Amino acid sequence: MLNKLKIKPLLGDYLVIIASAIVVIFLFKTLWSNAPASQLMIRQGNKVVGTYDLNQSRELHLHGPLGESHISIAQGQVRFKQSPCTNQYCVHQGWLKLAGQVAICLPNQISLQLIGENKPYDSLNY
Amino acid sequence: MTRSTISIQTTKADHHIAKLTALAIGLHVLEAMFPSPLPGVKPGIANIVTLYVLVQYGFGTAAWVSLLRVFASSLLLGQFLTPTFVLSLSGALLSLAILGLAQYLPKQYFSVITLSILAAFAHIAGQLLIVRLWLIPHAGVSYLIPIFALAALVFGLINGVICAQLIKKPAVN
Repeated sequence: MLNKLKIKPLLGDYLVIIASAIVVIFLFKTLWSNAPASQLMIRQGNKVVGTYDLNQSRELHLHGPLGESHISIAQGQVRFKQSPCTNQYCVHQGWLKLAGQVAICLPNQISLQLIGENKPYDSLNY
Repeated sequence: MTRSTISIQTTKADHHIAKLTALAIGLHVLEAMFPSPLPGVKPGIANIVTLYVLVQYGFGTAAWVSLLRVFASSLLLGQFLTPTFVLSLSGALLSLAILGLAQYLPKQYFSVITLSILAAFAHIAGQLLIVRLWLIPHAGVSYLIPIFALAALVFGLINGVICAQLIKKPAVN
């Protein structure tokens, strides 16, 4: 196709394309890791409520602006069990178990974030 | 129509910038009509004009055309001072900053295709920075980075090839 258009990409262009492709692949590999999570970080509004080990069975009750959100941790996975919000998106998201997965309940201002063995990424580092 | 009593002295360069900007605005508005699978994943065809102007007329003109396009398009689309506008502006600014440096790359090795890809990455980086710092201050945003990066590579490459094709033809005046 390039021949038909009579465009000749130069040596540097090919290098840039290859380098960019490597960067993209690297980003997919690091940010979309399928590693199981080991820890759970819960935020309320913009402050961190706490970090919990995922390898336990535990029920948490957090109070947001709308009422009580019920979060259950069960051997490597976590979910919103009950929430006072109207749309219930957080509950429908179901169980989370992979590092990097996130469930956010905007109405009740609570979010769950799963963290792997070693936190797989810095938030923005490219 | 009554003749306006106010007259602004315009130079030939002003008219030139206005014409090129009009072209960029047209493409920007045209693109805004198409739906996108994920907000932010757009071909960015207006950037072809920025790149073309950079190569043919230099960095100063390209900066004018790019920034005027961002402001004027947002006014036309009713997005002025909305988050969409801020994203557009931050992308354009970082993109220009990178182009300002990349224009000094040796011309015998790097064509406009390189400039286009670098500008596309800078554009999305500028936008993601605003998203992360202001709109969605949550680490979960990083989940979307690979998709945006892939889009930047693909669209940057396509825009670069289109621009290279345009540059082969003589400059419009």
